[in-house]
Amino acid sequence: MASTFYNEVLTDHNINPTHKHTLPDANFKLQGVNPSCGDDITLNLKVEDGIIVDGSYEGVGCAISQASADMMLDLVIGKTKEEALKLSDTFMRMIKSSVTEDELDSLEEASILQDISHMPARVKCAVLGWRTLDEILNK
Amino acid sequence: MIMDNQFVKDFPILADAEFSYLDNAATTQKPSVVLEAGRDYYETSNANPLRGLYDLSVKATDVYENARQKMADFIGAKSAEEIVFTRNATESLNLIAYSYGMNFLKPGDEIVISIMEHHSNMLPWQNVAKKTGAVLKYVMCDKTGKLTADMLKSELSEKTAIVSIAHISNVFGCKNDVKEFASLAHEVGAIFIADGAQSVPHISVNVEDLDVDFLSFSGHKMYAPMGIGGLYGKKEILEKMPPFLYGGEMIEYVTIEGATYAPVPHKFEAGTVNAGGAGGLSAAIDYINGIGFEKIEEIENELTKELLCGLKEIPYVNVVGSDDYLEHHGIVTFTVDGVHPHDIAAILDSDGVYVRAGHHCAQPLMKYLGTPSTARASLSFYNSSKDVNRFLESVSKLREKMGYKD
Repeated sequence: MASTFYNEVLTDHNINPTHKHTLPDANFKLQGVNPSCGDDITLNLKVEDGIIVDGSYEGVGCAISQASADMMLDLVIGKTKEEALKLSDTFMRMIKSSVTEDELDSLEEASILQDISHMPARVKCAVLGWRTLDEILNK
Repeated sequence: MIMDNQFVKDFPILADAEFSYLDNAATTQKPSVVLEAGRDYYETSNANPLRGLYDLSVKATDVYENARQKMADFIGAKSAEEIVFTRNATESLNLIAYSYGMNFLKPGDEIVISIMEHHSNMLPWQNVAKKTGAVLKYVMCDKTGKLTADMLKSELSEKTAIVSIAHISNVFGCKNDVKEFASLAHEVGAIFIADGAQSVPHISVNVEDLDVDFLSFSGHKMYAPMGIGGLYGKKEILEKMPPFLYGGEMIEYVTIEGATYAPVPHKFEAGTVNAGGAGGLSAAIDYINGIGFEKIEEIENELTKELLCGLKEIPYVNVVGSDDYLEHHGIVTFTVDGVHPHDIAAILDSDGVYVRAGHHCAQPLMKYLGTPSTARASLSFYNSSKDVNRFLESVSKLREKMGYKD
C-alpha cells in the first residue's frame, strides 16, 4: 500500500497558506491550469530590477498544487530571477529524475514533495506553480 | 451486512487482496472463467475467424459467432445479426455517429442528449453537429440527476433526428426511463440510443422491451476482457447504414471501382476481429447468468445502502445525486469540504481503498453541478461490507489527515 505524503508541512501550507491572496501591485500575472484535474492557479509576481520582491497565488486545486505553490513562493520571494529559475530547475529535476543532497537542501520545505515522483498522476499538481513561474520568468 | 462474499474467490486479483476495489464503474475485475476462456481460445481455437476454409478457422469463427448469439440473448435482441462487436461503448457510439449521424443528418436537424452524458456520448454528437450543420441540444436534469419525460419532451420536436441518453448515469448512478424516452423520440420520428455501459453489467436489460434503436456497452465493465464491446442496433436501421470502417472481411465483392458490402453485422466489423475477447465476453455472460441479476442486484443494492447511509453520517461529506440508495445502482459520487477529490483518492489509496476522482469524463456535468471534480466509489457484487467499512473508515479520517481540527 502506498504511503501518504500528506504530512503536516504539506497540509499546513494547504489549509493556512501564507501567499494565497491578491497582489494589486503585481507586474506579472499568469494563469496555470491542469485541465484534467481542475487545478487552476494564478501566479502574481512583483519583479523590480530583476528581483522578485513580492509574489502571491490565487485559485483552486488539490492540496499538492496549492501547498507546492505556497512553498515555492516562500523560496523565491527576495531572490533574483536567475536564482528562482535555478530553484525551479532543481525542483523539476527532483521530481523527474534526481538531485544531489545539497540541491535538495536548497529547496527547503519544497523538498518534501520529492516522493511525488512515485505518483505519476500527481506530478503535474506539484509542478503547476513552478511551471507557471518558469513561464513568467522566461518571457 | 455481507461480511464474507462467496463470489470474491472467483476473481484471482481479489482473492487475497489487501485492497478494496471500489472503482467498478471504471472497469470491473475478471473472474477465472473469463481469463481461462480467453486462454482456451488461443490454446485450442485460434485462427483468423470468418475467412479460413479449414477446421481451426471454423472453430475460431464458432467462438466468435457463439459469443454474438450469447450477447443477443443476454440483452433480448431478436437475432445475433443485431449485435455488432466493437472495442467498447465509446467505439459503438462513434460507429452510430459516423455511420448514421454523418450520413443521414442535414442542416437544421436536431440531436438531443442530456447534460449527464459521458464524454463518449457527447463528443461524437458535437462532431456530427459541426460537420452536418445539425443542432446539438442538451436536456438538463435536476441537481440530483433526475431527468423526467417532461424535461425531455420539452426539447423534442419534428426537427429531432437523434436522442441519445445514458441508461444509468456514471456520475449519479440514477437510471433513466429509456423505455419512455424511446417512445417519446419515436413519436417525433427520431431514433433513440441508450448508452448501456453502466446498466448492462448491473441490471437486466431487454432491448425489445425498452424498444431502443441502439444500445452501446463495454465488455470490460461486465467482467469481460478489455477491447471487446458492442452495439445493439435494430436490424432494419443497421441495414440502411453505410459501413463505419472499410477493409477486409466486410465486403462481398470488390472491384477496382468499388465494392458491395457484407450483410449486417459483418459490414461493420472490418479487419481481424477480437475473437479471444469475444470468447471472454461469452464466458462473462455465462458467469453473470450463473449468479443471476436478482442476486447481483440484491448484493449491490445492500452494499450501496450501507455505503450511502454511512457516508451521510460523516460530517463535511456531500453526496451527489439522490438520497434514495435504490437510485444509485452501486455508484456513489461525493465531495468532502476542504479536501480536493484527488487528495481524497490519494489518502483512500494509502488505506488500500481504490476509488475514482476527477471529472468522470463528464466535465459539462461537473460545471453544471458547480464542482470542478468529485470522488466516486462504485460497487460490484463481489464487494463486501468489509470493503464498504474500510472505505467509510478512511473517509471519516480524511479531514483529520488533511490537517483540519474538526
